[in-house]
Amino acid sequence: MTTSITEMPKAGYGAAFIRGLKSFALLRESWVGMVGAFLVLFWVLVALFAPLLAPFDPNSSIQPFAKPGMEAIKTGGTFWLGTDHIGRDILSRIIWGSRTVLIYAPLATICAYTVGILMGLAAGYRGGWVDDVLSRIADIILSFPVLVLYIIIIATIGASGFNIIIAITFASSPGIMRIVRGLVLDLRNRDYVAAAQTRGESDWRVMLVEILPNARGPLIVDACLRLGYVIITIGVLGFLGLGLPPPDPDWGGMVNETRQMAMAFPHMTLFPCIAISSLILGFNLLADGLREISLRD
Amino acid sequence: MVTLIAKRFGFMVFTMIVVSLILFILLETDLTGDPAIRVLGQFSNEEQRELWREKHGYNQPMLLRYVKWLGNFATGDLGESIRFKGPVADVMLPRLWNTAILGFWTFAIMIPLSLTLGVLSGMKEGSKLDRSISVFGILTTSVPEFASAVIFSALFVFTLKWLPGTSSMSGGFEFKQLILPALVLIVYDFGYVARMTRASMAEVMTSQYIRTAILKGLPYKSVIVKHALRNALIAPFTVIMLQINWLLSGVIVVEFFFAYKGFGALILEASLNNDIALLEACAMVAVCVAVTTQTLADIGYTFLNPRIRFS
Amino acid sequence: MNTDQEPILVCKDLCISYYTRAGEIPAVVDFSLTVLPGETIGIVGESGCGKSTVAMAIMQHMGANGGIKSGSITFKGRDLTQLSDDELRNIRGSEVAMIYQEPFASLNPSLKISTQLMEVPLAHEDISTEEARKRALQMLGDVKLPDPERIMEAYPHQLSGGQQQRVVIAMGLLSNPSLLLLDEPTTALDVTVEAGIVKLVADISKKYGTSQIYISHNLGLILETCDRVFVMYSGEVVEEGTINSLFTWPRHPYTHGLFACIPLPTADKHAAPLKPIRGQLPLPFERPQGCYYHPRCDHFKEGLCDVDHFKMEHVVDSAPDHRVRCLRYKEIDIRLQTGEGEKKEALELGERVLNVDKMKKYYEVRDNSLKALISGKRIRYVKANEELNFTAHEGETVAIVGESGCGKSTFAKVLMGLEKGTEGEVRHLGKDISDIAVRDRSPKEIASLQMVFQNPFDTLNPSHSIGGQISRVIKKFGVESDKAKIFNRVMKLLDIVKLPRDFYFRKPRQLSGGQKQRIGIARAFAGNPSMVIADEPVSALDVSVAAAVTELLMDIQREHKTTLLFISHDLSVVRYLSDRIVVMYLGHILERGTTEQIFAPPYQPYTEALLSAVPIADPEVTKREIVLEGNLPSAMKPPKGCPFCTRCHRRIGEICDNEPPPEQVVTDRHVIKCHISLEELKQVEHVIHVPDEAERLHARQSQ
Repeated sequence: MTTSITEMPKAGYGAAFIRGLKSFALLRESWVGMVGAFLVLFWVLVALFAPLLAPFDPNSSIQPFAKPGMEAIKTGGTFWLGTDHIGRDILSRIIWGSRTVLIYAPLATICAYTVGILMGLAAGYRGGWVDDVLSRIADIILSFPVLVLYIIIIATIGASGFNIIIAITFASSPGIMRIVRGLVLDLRNRDYVAAAQTRGESDWRVMLVEILPNARGPLIVDACLRLGYVIITIGVLGFLGLGLPPPDPDWGGMVNETRQMAMAFPHMTLFPCIAISSLILGFNLLADGLREISLRD
Repeated sequence: MVTLIAKRFGFMVFTMIVVSLILFILLETDLTGDPAIRVLGQFSNEEQRELWREKHGYNQPMLLRYVKWLGNFATGDLGESIRFKGPVADVMLPRLWNTAILGFWTFAIMIPLSLTLGVLSGMKEGSKLDRSISVFGILTTSVPEFASAVIFSALFVFTLKWLPGTSSMSGGFEFKQLILPALVLIVYDFGYVARMTRASMAEVMTSQYIRTAILKGLPYKSVIVKHALRNALIAPFTVIMLQINWLLSGVIVVEFFFAYKGFGALILEASLNNDIALLEACAMVAVCVAVTTQTLADIGYTFLNPRIRFS
Repeated sequence: MNTDQEPILVCKDLCISYYTRAGEIPAVVDFSLTVLPGETIGIVGESGCGKSTVAMAIMQHMGANGGIKSGSITFKGRDLTQLSDDELRNIRGSEVAMIYQEPFASLNPSLKISTQLMEVPLAHEDISTEEARKRALQMLGDVKLPDPERIMEAYPHQLSGGQQQRVVIAMGLLSNPSLLLLDEPTTALDVTVEAGIVKLVADISKKYGTSQIYISHNLGLILETCDRVFVMYSGEVVEEGTINSLFTWPRHPYTHGLFACIPLPTADKHAAPLKPIRGQLPLPFERPQGCYYHPRCDHFKEGLCDVDHFKMEHVVDSAPDHRVRCLRYKEIDIRLQTGEGEKKEALELGERVLNVDKMKKYYEVRDNSLKALISGKRIRYVKANEELNFTAHEGETVAIVGESGCGKSTFAKVLMGLEKGTEGEVRHLGKDISDIAVRDRSPKEIASLQMVFQNPFDTLNPSHSIGGQISRVIKKFGVESDKAKIFNRVMKLLDIVKLPRDFYFRKPRQLSGGQKQRIGIARAFAGNPSMVIADEPVSALDVSVAAAVTELLMDIQREHKTTLLFISHDLSVVRYLSDRIVVMYLGHILERGTTEQIFAPPYQPYTEALLSAVPIADPEVTKREIVLEGNLPSAMKPPKGCPFCTRCHRRIGEICDNEPPPEQVVTDRHVIKCHISLEELKQVEHVIHVPDEAERLHARQSQ
């Protein structure tokens, strides 16, 4: 205990990184969380190495209505999961489709979080009319059934990747704002916030440096759940024909394109469904594991 | 209490007006594209568009149009549907009724199921039963409605051939056709409600007043029924009321998939066909239902909670 | 009470463990206890010593991961550890009942009081609902609750904290149990309310003959309620005995250490300062070999105390049931050591640093009820501070004393610039700061007026390192700007608050409560403040730690000649460390003066009641008993006249209800706000009587 320190410490980003890894290693103690992390990691790797993994070009029509396991006659190779009605290899489309989903879903979530956190901080910390106005806006947006809201937005601004991000940000930031606001209302009464105020820190510094880091636990859990939910949304929009424009593969869109043939060729719809469900499951299990761990401390 | 209810209703009306304004701006003004083009299509010529605008009063000032539109709306004149070539109200009402039937059966099964499972798993947090229920809940919630519709169809329709694959009810109402749509909705949503119930129950079970009740020497059944449930079911009540809002989203996917002639499929059809009057009416009805249930949830919550009721 | 009686409860060689992922944690070791009929046993100890675990073990309610490892708990001849769930259910609530620390959390928020009371006899006895209702009403009257009929129909949140605790006590007594367990029943309550509950508890055993086990961290409360006392440390009893034998001559070094940590009326911050116990309580899995206390003990002998774990033994020349767990108690004569502590210099008072003149702080509250809408009175005022007047000088310690809701924290907020005063002036170093928000103050002004906060678990930001947090303060106040210099300054501050320098790198969660509070002090003193406000800085800490932090705070104050504004509800701490006292009630200052003046007549009646309510852990000190009736009025609807008139035991009539009391000057800077004339108030006797040395010696010899 009597170690005397006389030298300035070096700023340690390495140490912070190791700490991050260590808290991640805590996941080992929750098998649910481990399964979730594994599923997510699996799809991230698939998305990263899509060009290496996909046996065929996802958009070229090769051989229509091939059953799973059939050989490709012209080009050689096997359609492990069969082909669709236009003759595109389903496995390759699923592999490339993971890229679409893992680009748009996190992007949309990050956008929604940025807006939601800023609104929540302002509403919770400032209170008063700022809170009233922001909360009323959130109430109004949240009173729309979500999908109705998406349909109206997409109907007016059109379907594209960028517009989907805008729609998701618009529709989910009020929910995030409510969570953040609740956390801030609790945290702003802590003595360390009062200490920062009494030394004359600016509002932004108090919100971002003193309050926000202490809300990270519940927010990380919520972000995982929300990522899963955003993936569902993107899938549903694709399924309803409001998603990304064809021909690039998108899991929800794949189901939409082939669902008329589902009775005769169930493999065309079944495999994309399994893909999207497993990724969502991954995020949901991860969230559950993280919550379990955060409750232990 | 009276002020609270009055306030809630005031806010409800306010929300509806703001929503109508948003809808009007989004769909009826040039802000997001010419409505004439939206209705007549890109390949219409300017003459046709001008005629259309003249006929539907689109050349009048915006505010006047809004007030007229809102007035018509309030008096029940919802306009003409382009797609169905008839008054919107006539198209919408039977669809709403169909969705209400679907929603009723979904809730009738889901609520008792999820409350029971939630209470059971919250009673003994961390037990095997609790773990199984919660993992199962996560599993079912992770499968989007369209995916579970595909999977159930593959199983019950394609493989087992027990149930019909579409629910268009073309030959009159048939209960059998309702099973798959309702099943998909129940499977997707029960996990969420069950988990909310579980969380609430678990929190109550660790509370000090439950300890007091146990240490008073009350029978276990009385501890659960009299002391725990009364407090633990307050939060799920609100959650369930809010599921009506969710249901209005869920039915869109399910009705579309199973070709069920309901309200959700109608919204989608209106949107895909640029049937503006129909889309506006549907959206207003949807928001109205959602806001009403939310208001009822808030009022119910205060009724259930003596801490708010008497203060 | 005699020893021939059949005991109600016998705990024998009890060992209780919790089983966690980290392995087995022994919570209580080798615990033996016998409770005779009508007897009240006190269990005292600091947090984590296992006292509540004992209570839960007796109730056989240990949670999923707790268990009795060995030993037995025999209640009226039946071993509780061997009973089935049904048999236990029959005993719980009817034979053994429990009172809890937080009455509000212990009552079901959505059931009426009547339901919660009546179900006790209904569950245990074969009686009708009417009978149960009659009994419940009767019992509510017995615990001195006014208007039992109304309380029966109320929900818990409609009652005050004191009333809730009385309801819980009534609930415990309803089936006339033979044993009542009280787990810190007054900790969550205000002092004057606490006094009422303590009196009630003391009357219970007289009236019903109920045996009681009273668990508390407060030696003074134990003295007022119990017959015998058990002192626990780190999971084991270190000393037990009758109140008389243990309080007059504690034998275990820990017991003695505890007494040296509490500011008794004999303590003096200059002549006889508190002597904190060094070190800290070991965690259950870090307990040392041999005597658990030896690393903190001044009488530690190597090769003796740190070898084997040993049993309790009888104290040779004391009462027969005085037992101690110490191998060296015979060689230690604690009496010789009193007065031997270091003496500390008193500070010379400097010039006036703070001048509060007619300061008012009103909050606007919007009333949205229908009634307010109709009558048009939508905005109401909460008068948090009403005409505050007082001064503080350089190097002086001024205490602001009052119960919750008296406005002391609001005043601190105005002072710190977090709120603006409504009227009047607050001059700090000559400048009126009452309406300058902290953001509009210069860094120098901010640095010269700093605060130490109440809750040690809240005072530091858990996301940032200790070093980072202190550095930020130094940088913000412009004390230093160069990185290396800032670092050196942090090291110096760590030295000042006597913490190791490597705490720089630690996160707050790696620190104990006392250590966190030290960092809080370092942070407040980082910019050489002229005045520091300490808002209940030690109330959340254990006694031994609190003493250390108090002493540290005063040492630093002495060194820097800082003015200390000490906000507290605890008059014994206040008496010990402050030079002047300001007594507040419902936003008003009812009395102000030097510590001696406040503690001697003339008293403002509220001061008198407060003094009487303070539990004092010295059996030779006697107090005049004044128990206040009623509840603290709501700040929204304060009484029209004197704020204290609704509870005052010296209320003289209508004038108290209708007219605000005048300020009566006793001597310079001693002011009493009361309608009663000073002459009359001067007739009042001392509340606390401390025997002088001669009387004490006499008392001891006659034992």
